[in-house]
Amino acid sequence: MQSLDTVSSEIIDAIGGADNLDELEAIRIDALGKKGRISLLMRDLGGLDADARKKAGQALNKVKDMVAAAIEAKQTTLASAALNERLAAERVDVSLPSRPEYEARLHPLSRTIEEVIAIFAEMGFQVAEGPDIESDYYNFTALNIPPEHPARQEHDTFYLPADADGKRKVLRTHTSPVQIRTMEANEPPIRIIVPGRTYRSDHDATHSPMFHQCEGLVIGDGVHMGHLKGCLIDFCRAFFGVDDLPVRFRPSYFPFTEPSAEVDIGCTRENGALKIGAGDDWLEILGSGMVNPRVLENCGYDPEKYQGFAFGMGIERIAMLKYGIPDLRTFYDSDLRWMRHYGFLSFDAPSIHAGLAGGAV
Amino acid sequence: MKFTRDWLFSHLETDRPLAEILDVLPTLGLEVESVVDRAQTLAPFIIAEVISAEQHPNADKLRVCMVNIGQDAPVQVVCGAPNARAGMKGVFAPVGAYVPGIDLTLKTGEIRGELSNGMLCSEREMQLSDEHDGIIDLAADAPVGEAFAAYAGLDDPVIEIAITPNRADCLGVRGVARDLAAAGYGRLKALDTSPLQGSFESPISWELNLKPEQAHLCPLVSGRAFTGLRNGASPVWMANRLTAIGQRPISALVDITNYIMIDLGRPLHAYDIDKIEGGKLIIGPAKAGQTMTALNEKTYELDEDMLVIGDLNGPDDLAGIMGGERSGVSDATDKMFLEIAVFDQVAVAATGRKLNIHSDARFRFERGLDVTSPEWASGYVARMVLEICGGQASHVVTAGDGAKWQREIFLAVDKVERLTGMQVLPARQQAILESLGFTVRDAASGWQVSPPPWRGDIDGAADLVEEISRIFGFGHLPMTHLPRENVVAQPAVNAEQARPLRLRRALAERGLTEAVTFSFLAEKEAAIFGGGGASLKLVNPISADLSIMRPSVLPNLLSAAARNQDRGEADVALFEIGPIFLGDEPDQQRTAVAAIRHGAMAPREWHGSRRMVDLFDAKADAEVTLAVLGVRRASLQVEAGGPDYFHPGRSGRLLQGRTLLAQFGEFHPQIAAHFGLRSALVGFELYLEDVPLAKSKGPARAYLKMSPFQPVSRDFAFILAEDVAASQLLRAVKSAAGPLVSDVQLFDVYQGKNIADGQKSLAVTITLTPQKATLSEAEIDAMSDAVIAAASKNCGAVLRG
Repeated sequence: MQSLDTVSSEIIDAIGGADNLDELEAIRIDALGKKGRISLLMRDLGGLDADARKKAGQALNKVKDMVAAAIEAKQTTLASAALNERLAAERVDVSLPSRPEYEARLHPLSRTIEEVIAIFAEMGFQVAEGPDIESDYYNFTALNIPPEHPARQEHDTFYLPADADGKRKVLRTHTSPVQIRTMEANEPPIRIIVPGRTYRSDHDATHSPMFHQCEGLVIGDGVHMGHLKGCLIDFCRAFFGVDDLPVRFRPSYFPFTEPSAEVDIGCTRENGALKIGAGDDWLEILGSGMVNPRVLENCGYDPEKYQGFAFGMGIERIAMLKYGIPDLRTFYDSDLRWMRHYGFLSFDAPSIHAGLAGGAV
Repeated sequence: MKFTRDWLFSHLETDRPLAEILDVLPTLGLEVESVVDRAQTLAPFIIAEVISAEQHPNADKLRVCMVNIGQDAPVQVVCGAPNARAGMKGVFAPVGAYVPGIDLTLKTGEIRGELSNGMLCSEREMQLSDEHDGIIDLAADAPVGEAFAAYAGLDDPVIEIAITPNRADCLGVRGVARDLAAAGYGRLKALDTSPLQGSFESPISWELNLKPEQAHLCPLVSGRAFTGLRNGASPVWMANRLTAIGQRPISALVDITNYIMIDLGRPLHAYDIDKIEGGKLIIGPAKAGQTMTALNEKTYELDEDMLVIGDLNGPDDLAGIMGGERSGVSDATDKMFLEIAVFDQVAVAATGRKLNIHSDARFRFERGLDVTSPEWASGYVARMVLEICGGQASHVVTAGDGAKWQREIFLAVDKVERLTGMQVLPARQQAILESLGFTVRDAASGWQVSPPPWRGDIDGAADLVEEISRIFGFGHLPMTHLPRENVVAQPAVNAEQARPLRLRRALAERGLTEAVTFSFLAEKEAAIFGGGGASLKLVNPISADLSIMRPSVLPNLLSAAARNQDRGEADVALFEIGPIFLGDEPDQQRTAVAAIRHGAMAPREWHGSRRMVDLFDAKADAEVTLAVLGVRRASLQVEAGGPDYFHPGRSGRLLQGRTLLAQFGEFHPQIAAHFGLRSALVGFELYLEDVPLAKSKGPARAYLKMSPFQPVSRDFAFILAEDVAASQLLRAVKSAAGPLVSDVQLFDVYQGKNIADGQKSLAVTITLTPQKATLSEAEIDAMSDAVIAAASKNCGAVLRG
């Protein structure tokens, strides 16, 4: 029979030489299994007298513990090696592209309208709306543009067929009819803006048969043209994000305002590039004026008692100027390349608190 | 409105340079559109004399000319003009000059072996006219070496300004001068409007053929005859000014009428007396069916609403619009009858619109003339005719009682400040009005103001305020911030208006790009999508493709998808929120929300997860839209079927109760083919108005009780007839699962092997969340039995073995 030392050192050597967990398990069974070498030695202790059994038992237990510890240590080493091997095998090419998604964009027009609303909300305005198909009365007559007035020719109106009474509806040529609708339905004071679709039968590089306007109307006690100037300057500076933006008021004519003014903002043009801000040139951006007393009368307001101002601006125009969009016609084409370039991501919402600059991404 | 600097200065005495005038015009409301200074573009061109013109040795049609350009040595020029000859004076462009007519900067050249140092020019080469038969042949006394532009009177800058419809008075150069004078930019020169005594009775008289109620159509007309006229070329100064503004000089008589129209804004009409039949001109409505050939050589059919002037042979002048060909003056005219009339603005505009004639006369008449001008212009015009054409003038013949133009408008002294916020001294206010021709009379706390006869646009005190403030200067307007009504700004949109704002973001989050398309489309497509009503058809569309108001947003999105596909992007996902039209009344307009998807959900990729779109994407788009609008998905019912443009077996409707909220589906293959779309194609549409606004319960949410107990799930696979809707089974099992059910998901649909024909297998997982205690096996079994029983009872379903 081999000495305990021999057995022990053989087992320890075998553990040390084990290459994998299976081999180690076989060694464990061979040593500590029911019929393992150490177990058999344990069983043989029964034949010894008490003293010898105690002594030999102690020695044997020591060896058993040592073997168990060695197996466990080896197990940890081998498991770790096996894991490392698996991980090495699981390596992927992380340079492969992630799952692609299409990124959708919001239109610069809806974005611009939201910016306009955000600014005028600060100034106490509310959004009003009206129908795209208008009566001749709301689109023209109530706005002090009677039939055969020369100003009508400048509107390039789209007409719908005459009804039984010979009256023909029109596609609204401006958002101004909503002034009338609002005044008919409300008492002063009024502060509204009216963003919406408008139509004129004109189609070339700088005109689209459909475009967007934003009307503004303020009626109240003592509202004068200085307020118009303040309101529009405040708007222009906030919208274009230029604190010292020069704004110029020029006399003009609209049948529904008196006095009337065109509003220009300062700009510079260098090598064909337009820059909004203090400069040596002017850019016309909107029409405005004090509401014509005839219009107030048409709405049942006493012009001796109430006065106010109105303005109208082209949404496409201010969007083109702010965001550097060169061609009007591209707005309506839904070209995905154009939308990816000029459009806005859904989370990029304009607000006064987070800013109106937009397009940071 | 075009005029030249010198023309303006013929009415305005000023020492201001043109640049200052150009700067101030826009501030008066007269927008400068362009200024062309031909002295600059013509600067290199000088007057030269041809000393000799010899035949070119190597070219039949060329001559070698020695040209004296006023310097020590003559220059040699090769010239191909047939009229080039020794001794003539012409216009020379030296080397380095840019010649606009041939778009070339001249260089020293050699033409067939002969040196050429410049060019002798034709009018076309200088872009003065189309004349190109030869080089310009100047008078013998033309000063050699001098600038051609100055010699030819072409150094007068041409100014174009835009005139707003209210400023008829500025459709004449004199009106512009009056505004400038009022603004302090010079003095308005006097105009000799004294009468000119005629020397004989006019052989032509007026007859107003108007009923009393039509008298306003022609309130006043004057005329006079001229005899012994020499109708040759008009004087150089007049021809130059007309040429400068783009009017071709024709003959002295025609040029005078054109000149006065631009100069005073006063259109005239000249008849050849020899062509007038019966010795009188009759002003009255045309008879229906009469025709007339106008000066533009077009023949017009007239009706009774059109005012015409004619003789015994019928009408030959469309009052205020265009004269007739038959009785107009010609180069041979030596006896002329000259008409100075005022017609009703509205009637002129209506006739002009009806006949679609745009003329300078109509433009002025319909904006309103000085209604007294038939009186005061008569002498001024006659003197000009006699001076230029000689002859004698007759006495004046007139008709009409004149228009009532005198009116008084009260202007309170504080009106300007109340309306504009500008403080303008009362004396200054009065001075401005008077300088513009208004008569101002003191009244209690203000003035009674009478506008001059050329300012028919002045309607009330607000117009007077505009006159004062524009001359005083809008630059003085104070900048006053609107008073703030709330310290913290209130929402600008109401609950209804807020919905599209949120919806846009939600749909973009789902990968749909926002489109903005036209509100009109082609009739054929309108018809396919349920529209096409006659009341929505544009009378004057811009093209057949944009001729009717849209009944749906979908066709425009499909067209947009096709355009993108044709540009190489087949995967398209678009939405639009915009108007559609069920009829032409305001309450028949809807705000539609529509989306389409075409192609695949993602680009081609290596993961293998890419898939084509299907109707369930459209259904999800619709469901998300409704969710954003406040409609809980659980409250929706689905019904198979939809409009014809969808696949009959792959379309559905989402309803709440009986209310149809949305329609979705795969597009019919014929629709896809119509738009040329070649891949999977789905979409949905709904109207915001159909989705009721969720009642606001305030911002606070309901109390949330979260169960501490573990949820339990059980799976069931049922076999049932394939035509039973899945929604029916889901509804049945959900209601049978009892109050603790927190979720029901359908996770498998199977037909095929092991499932009989006409049957299908649907697998459902039901989750129960206990509220009071962990569920016992018995309780779960009871739920399970109830679910199986309900599936069997309501759907004929059996548990799959």
